[in-house]
Amino acid sequence: MTKETIKIQELRRDFTMGTETVHALKGISFSIQEGEFVTIMGSSGSGKSTLLNILGCLDQPTSGSYEIDGLKVKDLSRNELATIRNEKIGFIFQSYNLLARTSAIENVELPLLYNSKVSTEERRARAINALEMVGLGERLHHTPAQLSGGQQQRVAIARSLVNNPVMILADEATGNLDTRTSYEIMSLFQELNRQGITITFVTHEPDIATFSSRTIVLKDGHITQDYGNTDVQSAAAALAQLPKEEAL
Amino acid sequence: MRLLNLLKIAYKAIVLNKMRSLLTMLGIIIGVASVIAMLAIGEGSKQSIRDTISSMGSNMITIRPGADVRGGVRQDPSAMETLTLSDYEAIKNSADLLTYITPLVDGSGQVINGSNNWPSSIYGVNADYLNIKVVDLQSGSMFTDVEVKSAAKVALIGQTVADNVFPDGEDPVGKMIRFNKIPFKVIGLLEEKGENTFGQDQDDVIIAPYTTVQKRILAIDHLNQIIASAVSEEDAPEAVDQVTQIIRTQHKLTGNEDDDFTVRSMEELISTFSSTSEMLTILLVAVASISLLIGGIGIMNIMYVSVKERTKEIGLRMAVGGKGADILMQFLIEAILISITGGLLGVCLGLSSTFFIENFLQWPTSVTLYSIVISFAVCAVTGIFFGWYPAKKAAALDPITALRYE
Repeated sequence: MTKETIKIQELRRDFTMGTETVHALKGISFSIQEGEFVTIMGSSGSGKSTLLNILGCLDQPTSGSYEIDGLKVKDLSRNELATIRNEKIGFIFQSYNLLARTSAIENVELPLLYNSKVSTEERRARAINALEMVGLGERLHHTPAQLSGGQQQRVAIARSLVNNPVMILADEATGNLDTRTSYEIMSLFQELNRQGITITFVTHEPDIATFSSRTIVLKDGHITQDYGNTDVQSAAAALAQLPKEEAL
Repeated sequence: MRLLNLLKIAYKAIVLNKMRSLLTMLGIIIGVASVIAMLAIGEGSKQSIRDTISSMGSNMITIRPGADVRGGVRQDPSAMETLTLSDYEAIKNSADLLTYITPLVDGSGQVINGSNNWPSSIYGVNADYLNIKVVDLQSGSMFTDVEVKSAAKVALIGQTVADNVFPDGEDPVGKMIRFNKIPFKVIGLLEEKGENTFGQDQDDVIIAPYTTVQKRILAIDHLNQIIASAVSEEDAPEAVDQVTQIIRTQHKLTGNEDDDFTVRSMEELISTFSSTSEMLTILLVAVASISLLIGGIGIMNIMYVSVKERTKEIGLRMAVGGKGADILMQFLIEAILISITGGLLGVCLGLSSTFFIENFLQWPTSVTLYSIVISFAVCAVTGIFFGWYPAKKAAALDPITALRYE
């Protein structure tokens, strides 16, 4: 019996723009089980970003219910939401959002700085561990400027892992990367998912969806498709099939 | 979030933006340094003004006999004979707020040198007199304690007396003059003092040992006055009380018996002195607060820019679990760190520029501990005060908007 990491029911989100009300989400319901790798797809204006903000506890729904790891999110205060983000969610952004001129390890430590239960020694150990998991064990003290785009995104992934979240929430995490690097990153995600980490991946690129085990398609604030992927592609295999880069 | 972590984050933010932090500090550095330097100059000027006013004898205290009533008629104080040498001795021995003290007997008469003569006053005093009245010698020397004891016939004369009895411009020192037929040897010439505020010529004077004047001229054994100088202007009123008590005991006055003497200080000069000091202090504090205010606005300005510039960072910090209070504290501590570091550097700069002013510009300066403490405290408070608003602004950001901010 698997646990429900995310449970959403009849979720609505309205925005008031002057006198008009925009219905960004018009009543959607779904659950994500522990250990799933879900992609949420949709074109711009589909309500994808709004859903992401709510899933990430950055925003509150207008109506409907949202539970993460058994916790009801509705009506929590700003501070309580911050604690949930700190303890339950790992964020990965399209533009990495690393602190400039700050070493990889300090970037990874950042979420733990806001968790007073974690001691300085433990923080460091967990950050090193997370960087090793993403294959950057040798580059602990490099600053973002000294790292490639793919490596920067790996640092960001390590940062999302460091607080042992119940779910990683990735927002177009491969959007700024070339095909080869994005396959590398996807293969890392698949590897992490195999280790039991729940991943929710928001994207508009259909080929990314083929690497996940389930796809939810949003359109105009409604879920139009929600299907399990029977034929999950291996990102590592896709990477191997790419034409070899010319050796310079 | 622990304070140590916050300090680390703030420190990092400052180090990562060295140039900007330094420029921000510059406002505070210059503010604090100018406060310290200005207060040092002010304090120095105050002291030199104090010296100038002191040279008018502002700390002088006079004790006269007085206020005796005979048959319902108040008597002329100078006719009183209640002030004696033993009063003088008692005050000299037990008053600790006085630096100099001398008995004083005075009389008037004719100064004669050959065919020249001039009516003048003679003051019988001891060697402290010149220090109390702050008079220097133009030539010659003051009489000694031995000459006082032996009632020697020596005298010092003022410029007016010298001009009139030595009209040829010859040096009077070493010459003999006569005062009311008593021959005196002139041993010194007093420096010119001019007229006092009441239009009295302060140079029309002869000074001799009080013993000589008592015995040989006036034939009295009481004193006309005792004059003394207090340790400082501020201590003068207290010294007056002290002297009053001593003489009351001397004169065996009990309970509510009236004083048979009066003790006065130079109140007008003292109040001039203190109002001048106050004015200077107010002026300096005003200038100093303006420069610190400008430094504080500098901090606010830079912190405001810093918040704007790091909006995305704030968004990220919030996304990974930073609470509003954490963000607020981060920027507040950064502002305080900047202002305190600036304050420390400012103290160093202030002290060194004061040293420079003192040694190369030859201005009188005096660094006081309170100016350092106050300016430093004010700049720390400035950091909190002017860092608060931008920090509050940062804490109130919406994480979604902040994350999307470009």
